[in-house]
Amino acid sequence: MRAALLVTCINDAVFPDTGKAVVRLLSRLGVDVEFPSGQTCCAQPMVNTGYLDEAVPVVRSFVDAFAGYDAIVAPSGSCAGSVRHQHGIVARRSDDAALAAAVAETSARVYELSEFLVDVLGVDDVGAYFPHAVTYHPTCHSLRMLDVGDRPMRLLRAVRGLRLTELPAAEECCGFGGTFAVKNADTSVAMGADKVRHVRETGAEVLVAGDNSCLMHIGGMLSRQRSGVRVLHLAEVLASTEGR
Amino acid sequence: MSATFVGMPAFPDAARSALADSQLRGNLAHATSTIRGKRAQVVGEVSEWEELRLAGAAIKDNTLHHLDEHLLRLERSLTERGATVHWARDAAEACAIVAGIAQQHGVDEVVKVKSMATQEIELNEFLAEQGIAAWETDLAELIVQLGDDLPSHILVPAIHRNRAEIREIFRAKMPGAPDDLTDNPADLAAAARLHLRQKFLSARMAVSGANFAVADTGTLMVVESEGNGRMCLTLPDILVSVVGIEKVVPSWDDLDVFLQLLPRSSTGERMNPYTSTWTGVTPGDGPQEMHVVLLDNGRTRALADEVGRQALRCIRCSACLNVCPVYERTGGHAYGSVYPGPIGAILNPLLRGVGHDKQLDSLPYASSLCGACFEACPVRIDFPEVLVHLRSKVVDAHRGRAERGVRCTLRAERPVRLGRAPKPEAVAMKAASWALRDAGRLGRLERLAGAAGRLLARVLRRSAPGGRRVLGSLPGPGARWTTARDVPAPPTESFREWWQREGGRS
Ligand code: SF4
Repeated sequence: MRAALLVTCINDAVFPDTGKAVVRLLSRLGVDVEFPSGQTCCAQPMVNTGYLDEAVPVVRSFVDAFAGYDAIVAPSGSCAGSVRHQHGIVARRSDDAALAAAVAETSARVYELSEFLVDVLGVDDVGAYFPHAVTYHPTCHSLRMLDVGDRPMRLLRAVRGLRLTELPAAEECCGFGGTFAVKNADTSVAMGADKVRHVRETGAEVLVAGDNSCLMHIGGMLSRQRSGVRVLHLAEVLASTEGR
Repeated sequence: MSATFVGMPAFPDAARSALADSQLRGNLAHATSTIRGKRAQVVGEVSEWEELRLAGAAIKDNTLHHLDEHLLRLERSLTERGATVHWARDAAEACAIVAGIAQQHGVDEVVKVKSMATQEIELNEFLAEQGIAAWETDLAELIVQLGDDLPSHILVPAIHRNRAEIREIFRAKMPGAPDDLTDNPADLAAAARLHLRQKFLSARMAVSGANFAVADTGTLMVVESEGNGRMCLTLPDILVSVVGIEKVVPSWDDLDVFLQLLPRSSTGERMNPYTSTWTGVTPGDGPQEMHVVLLDNGRTRALADEVGRQALRCIRCSACLNVCPVYERTGGHAYGSVYPGPIGAILNPLLRGVGHDKQLDSLPYASSLCGACFEACPVRIDFPEVLVHLRSKVVDAHRGRAERGVRCTLRAERPVRLGRAPKPEAVAMKAASWALRDAGRLGRLERLAGAAGRLLARVLRRSAPGGRRVLGSLPGPGARWTTARDVPAPPTESFREWWQREGGRS
C-alpha cells in the first residue's frame, strides 16, 4: 500500500517528533510511508478565520501534493476533518470545477491516524510498550467532526505497560479552537483551566491526544503551572517500544 | 425594564468582565451541568432520537422553502377564526401595532407571557414610553424585569442570579413583597404568586409570543412550565401575540415531532407541564379579541442566506446554550442580545447583517468550533458550518480595505493610497496564504525557525514536563498566547528537513 503522510504544518514546523513517530509506527506495521514534499498545510487556519480566498491556493497545492496515493494519513483529527469537511467549501468559493473534482477525489482518501490503523490496517494492538500512567483527551474534531469513536481508546488499551485513567468531562472542549485561542484568549484560557484541572485530578503523568494543536494549548498551561504532567501525541505513544 | 443591550462591547471584551465574576461562573457551571445531565438522560431514552431530529429539520426546511404560502394560509385560517392579523416588517412596526391596540382600548397595563420575540423587539421599553406598563409573568422573567436587568439565557433568563440576590430584588422592587421574605425558593415563589395573581385579575390585555403557529387551522401554541402563561392566555379580554414568521408549521401532525423534541431538549422533561393552544376567538370563553402580529425583523434577510437560513429552524429550546463551553463560562450577557450562546452567535448576525457593527461581527468568532451545539440541537443546525460561513462574510465585508492594505505590504510595486490601515489579522492571513501555497517557501521559513530553535536551545533555561525547552511570557502579539500558557521553542530541525536528511524519497 502506498500511504502518504500528511504530517500537517504544525507537526512539520513545531512537533517533528510526532511525524517521525508516525513513520516509525507505520513502517513497523509494514506500510510503505511516503512524505509528499509538496505538502504545506490543510488551510484550516484561514478557513476557520473566514479567509476563504486566501485558502484557495493552499487547497490547490494540497490536492497537487497528494494526487495519486491510496491513502493519506494525518496524525490530526482537526486537519483530517478540515480536508474532509472544508476543502469542498473552498473549492466552491474558487468557482473552479477542476479543483472541486480534485478535492472530492483527495478528501475521500484522507484518514486520521486511529481511523487508518483500526479501519484500514485492521489492528488494535500495534505492538507498543509504554509503561506510564496515561489519560486521554478526545479532541473535538476527532470526536464530533470525524466521529472516530473509541478507536484511540482501543489502541491505547492494547499498549503494554500503559495504565489508562478516564479523564473527567473528557468530551468537553479544551478551549484551543485555532485563532479562538488568541481572539478570545480569556475565554480560551478559562476553558483550558478546567481541562487542566480534570487532567490533574486523574493523577496521570502523561496526557495523550490525537491533535498537537490542542496539546500545545493544554500542555502550555500544564507547563506554566509546573504540574509535572507532560503531553504526548497518540502517535508517539503507539510508536513507543521504550527500549524493548 | 430600563436595561438595554444597545451599545454592548464586542464579545471578547464583554466576556473578559464576565469571566472575572466568580459568582456568575459558579451559578452557570452548576445550572448548565444540572440541565445537561437531565437532558442527556431523557434524550437517551428515545431510541429514534436521531430520526426525530432529522424529521424536525426536514419539516422546518420544507416550511421555510415555501414560507410565503404557509404564511398566507396561516393568515387565512386565523382571519376565518376571528383573529386579526398584522404584518410587521421590523421592531418599530411591531411595537407600534401592539401599542396601538392597547391605546385603542384605553389600556395602560398588560400582562405578558414569556416571549423571545417581544424581547427581541424591546416591546416592554416601547410600551413604557407610551405610558403602558407591561408585567412579565414568567418567574425568571419577572426577576430580570424587577432587577432592571438583562436576560442571560433563553429558557432561564435569570440563570445568573442566585436566591439571595432574588430576595433582595423582590424586597426592593416588588409591590407587596413581605419585609420578612426569606430566600427559600418556596417563599420566593409564593411572594411572586401573590403579586402576579393581582395582575392576572386586573389586566385587560395580554401579550404573548408563540412556539408554533399551525397554518392549517390557525392555531397558536405556547409551551411553558409554570402555568402563568395560561393565566395570561385565558383571563384577559384582549390577546395580542407577536410571532416570528419562522414559527409557522403546516399542520398539527408536525407538532407530533416538535413536542417530543422540545421539552426533552429544553428542560430535560419528557413532557412540559403546560401546553396551551388557541384557535381564534371562542364566544363567551377566554379573550374575545385576538390579534396576531407576524414579525419579520431580519428573518427574510436570514432566509436569503443559503448556508445561514438553517438557523431559522431554531425552536428556542436552549440546549445549545447548556452544552456550550463558551456560554458556560461567559454567560449570556457577553453576547449582547436576547439570543445568547451558540444560537445567538449565528442568529444575531444573520438577522441584522455583518460588516457594520463590531459587536455583531465579533459573534461568529465567539466559538471554539467544538461542535457540542450541533450535537445537541434538536433541529440539527450545523453550527460549525454556519459559524465559519459567517466568519467569511465578516471578512468579505471588510475586504475592500484589507485588500488595499495588503497589496501595499506584500508587493509594493507602486504606492497605494490607503484609506484605513488593514487589520493585522488580514495581513497575517495573506502572508500565510503566500507562504503555504508553496512548499519551497514554507521550507525556507522552517529553516529560519530551525536556526532560531538552535539558538534558543542554548539560551532558554525553562523546560516543559518531558524536557522540551519552552518560552514563557512573550511581548507583543505573542502575549495573548503566553499570558497563561508556555509555548514550545522551535525545534532545531523541521520534520521536512529530517525526512530529507534521512534520505526520504519524496
Ligand atoms: S439552535 Fe437548536 S439547540 Fe439552540 S435553541 Fe435553537 S433549537 Fe435549541
